[in-house]
Amino acid sequence: MTEASDLASAYDLVVIGGGPAGLAAAALAARAGVSTVLFDENPGVGGQIYRGITSTPLKKRAVLGEDYWAGAELAAEAKASGALIVTGATVWSLDPTRQVGVSIAGKARMIEARRVIIATGSLERPFPIPGWTLPGVMTAGAAQTALKAHGLVPNGRVLLAGCGPLLWLLAAQMLRAGARIEAILDTTLRANWLRAVPHLPDFLLSPYWSKGLALLREVRAKVPVIPIERLSARGEGKLQQVDYVSRGKDSRRQADVLLLHQGVVPNVNLANAAGVAHRWNERQICFEPVLDVDFGSSVPGIAIAGDGAGIAGGTAAAERGRIAAIAAVRALKPSASVPDPQSVRQKLQREELGRGFLDTLYRPADAFRLPEDETIACRCEEVTAKQIRDMAAIGCEGPNQMKAFLRCGMGPCQGRLCGLTVTELIAASRHTRPADVGYYRLRPPVKPITLAELASLPISEAERKAVER
Amino acid sequence: MFKRLGDTADTLTIEIDGKSVRARSGDTVAAAMLANGIDHCRTTPVTGAPRAPYCLMGVCFECLVMIDGVGSRQGCLVPVRDGMRVETQQGKREAGR
Amino acid sequence: MAASDYDVAVVGGGLVGAATAWGLAREGCRVALLDEGDRAVRASRGNFALVWVQSKGLGLAAYAGWTVRSSNAWADFAATLKEETGLDVCFQRPGGFHLALSERELEARATTLKRLHNQPGIVDYKTEILDHSQVAKMLPDIGREVVGASYCPLDGHVNSLRLFRTLHTAIHARGVKYLPSHRVENIVREEGEFRLTTTQGEVRAGRVALAAGNANMRLAPMVGLEAPMKPERGQIVVTERLRPFLHHPVVTLRQTDEGTVMIGDSKEESLDPTGLTLGVSATEAERAVRQFPLLANVNVVRTWSAIRVMTQDGFPIYDESETHPGAFVLCCHSGVTLAANHALTVAPMIARGALDKTLVAPFSARRFHVQEAG
Repeated sequence: MTEASDLASAYDLVVIGGGPAGLAAAALAARAGVSTVLFDENPGVGGQIYRGITSTPLKKRAVLGEDYWAGAELAAEAKASGALIVTGATVWSLDPTRQVGVSIAGKARMIEARRVIIATGSLERPFPIPGWTLPGVMTAGAAQTALKAHGLVPNGRVLLAGCGPLLWLLAAQMLRAGARIEAILDTTLRANWLRAVPHLPDFLLSPYWSKGLALLREVRAKVPVIPIERLSARGEGKLQQVDYVSRGKDSRRQADVLLLHQGVVPNVNLANAAGVAHRWNERQICFEPVLDVDFGSSVPGIAIAGDGAGIAGGTAAAERGRIAAIAAVRALKPSASVPDPQSVRQKLQREELGRGFLDTLYRPADAFRLPEDETIACRCEEVTAKQIRDMAAIGCEGPNQMKAFLRCGMGPCQGRLCGLTVTELIAASRHTRPADVGYYRLRPPVKPITLAELASLPISEAERKAVER
Repeated sequence: MFKRLGDTADTLTIEIDGKSVRARSGDTVAAAMLANGIDHCRTTPVTGAPRAPYCLMGVCFECLVMIDGVGSRQGCLVPVRDGMRVETQQGKREAGR
Repeated sequence: MAASDYDVAVVGGGLVGAATAWGLAREGCRVALLDEGDRAVRASRGNFALVWVQSKGLGLAAYAGWTVRSSNAWADFAATLKEETGLDVCFQRPGGFHLALSERELEARATTLKRLHNQPGIVDYKTEILDHSQVAKMLPDIGREVVGASYCPLDGHVNSLRLFRTLHTAIHARGVKYLPSHRVENIVREEGEFRLTTTQGEVRAGRVALAAGNANMRLAPMVGLEAPMKPERGQIVVTERLRPFLHHPVVTLRQTDEGTVMIGDSKEESLDPTGLTLGVSATEAERAVRQFPLLANVNVVRTWSAIRVMTQDGFPIYDESETHPGAFVLCCHSGVTLAANHALTVAPMIARGALDKTLVAPFSARRFHVQEAG
């Protein structure tokens, strides 16, 4: 186990996140002779898509499918590359001078990086429905992690709800593992099918097409799929019942577990705190960093690869990681031999072909992004949609002022589970666009560290005098 | 709330709120709680509402628990160890614990 | 006076501006509150929320009296706001501490207070120097490195972000027109009224009250006033919510009614509100752990940096224009402590059209010229 004190004070390249983008980037850079460290806060590498890839207890490969096992090669390549891979390492700070704050087993360190590749991926889009904070309601991604990393499947009466490829993949994986799913409550807007048609030719060329269709068939053969327009979770202290409206008709089902999913969005927190410029992506309804062709951000020396650069999926993430790493190696060690980035770009283009169709078809309906009045928008501080609308109505124009007024985004998750909801609620209330409303301005630590860890960091005389006076 | 698939085995013992339960080496604390049917891992510091693991990937902070006497640890990021003491966290954390 | 859109245009939607706008609305004025947007450089989002008396007034004895006046008015101010909005800003005045971590710090503190209280005309606010064991009686969790403290029974604190929300809620209910993203570019006085050019058109008002923090430096000369400022950056560290353990505010550390612990206070020359000097946060954390060792394992969930509103000598400026009758300027560092004065004392003066010299004459910006001449 690498401890905080084992780390060098500086590395040529610091890669943050050990999913496909981070693993591919670290492997390429280290092989080119660049001193590389990769930090991941989970107990093992793989990110979410290849979660538990080096340690999963699942023996039957068919349960998770061959796409999952492809991650083993990425992990092995990174391990063999000479990159220092540190798991259980939480990066909580990154500044524009590329000082990286990292915590390992309760000890904090500051590391200097000549280049940084942020590969912190995505997180599931907030799904604020009434009752989404009840025990028993989880994200589909959580259930998938439980399956991949721990060999656990949900028990009792299990419902899946939402839209998007991951929902169908999870359903198929659960079924193959022998789990029972009572129903899938499908929130896909029927009108989206028509809107997606123009993107169909590209989608037919992408690898998602045949895989997606096979998944839908596999799941639909075993589980009833119910189109719904409204959804809420109910129960005393835990989930007991799910209410929904299907084709105008109210229905309810007893339930023990409700798994929610309506797509993934870039996890922008670290990049935002580092001062990276972001912009609103209207097709994917989220903020994403502004990047150049090598995934370089607005902050010199900081690149963002993988789904954190905008959602494109796991295989595209690895190619993006390679492109970012090639640029880093060329800057750090021009003499090193690296693959031709053009060939990588071509592969990436193929991987990205299907996105237009998927983004359009699975664009979450307004009803599931702009919650009704008493629904909690900020889970940490328990701030409701009504409170946000009320403050917007008396003149609050943006999420930073909203945060000051209502504390939304001030809890430990630092807005990861409410940021987009708050921005969209303000935009809707004030009849403006999310792009104009903006997002929370974040500062380190982007993940909590203890006061003692913060106190242990190097302090200059001037910094001490700024406080002791 | 969750059950283990047949090809996985419990191998070690941890304590959750004073009760000994089995866990598998490789589990995170949050996974072990889910596998043992713990229906909530904390109550919120705002209204005292019960919460359980939600994302299992370190972003939601719903699985905050006390581990070996230290509060507000993210249960989904901490691997279990034999003999580990886990406590559900009630409301606001107590300074010094 | 011309039939302007508003009786008074208050420029600046932070705590000083909002408290003033509320006070004006209570006097029956038609008020517009002009503000910047979501990313405004806003001290009101980054303050420390103390309603603080001790150490105020060294160099200007009248400032001590002005501060005590506001501190004494705060309980009624908070109660009135609660009646109007239902929101509790959690004002408490349990007495506050300034902790010393060495004999040298304690001596420096004692010397400062002695100089302060030896000034002619100073109000006696009963600050005492206490040793470790005396402090420990009221703050049982202090570390052994705390050698002592100064203590003042008039010190208190409030939930300042809720105060901000409460004031905005209250002014809305009282019909104040809040105009966000209306940055003021120019102000002229024509035909007996003030015409304010903003990024979203012109606003006309009979009077204008500048409460724009450090931006008063830019605005005041437009109406024949001056506001010499010396802004500086401060940083704050905030912890997760904890069960109540600290029942008195410390000048650098307080537990909010919500349970979080705020730790400050630093002073840097940088004026980049988005930056953060980690070593400064580290110093704040290190001192906090020495002051209260039980906080060592507590999680930091946020940091803030904000630009302090600071006049060149640190004391407030309240002035009215001789060349542009009806123009007023309000500048101060302590927008929380002095909120009660701004709402209940200064706003009624502006509503009447003239500052009450018996109360605020010492705070005229003319003092800067007197010092230069001397």
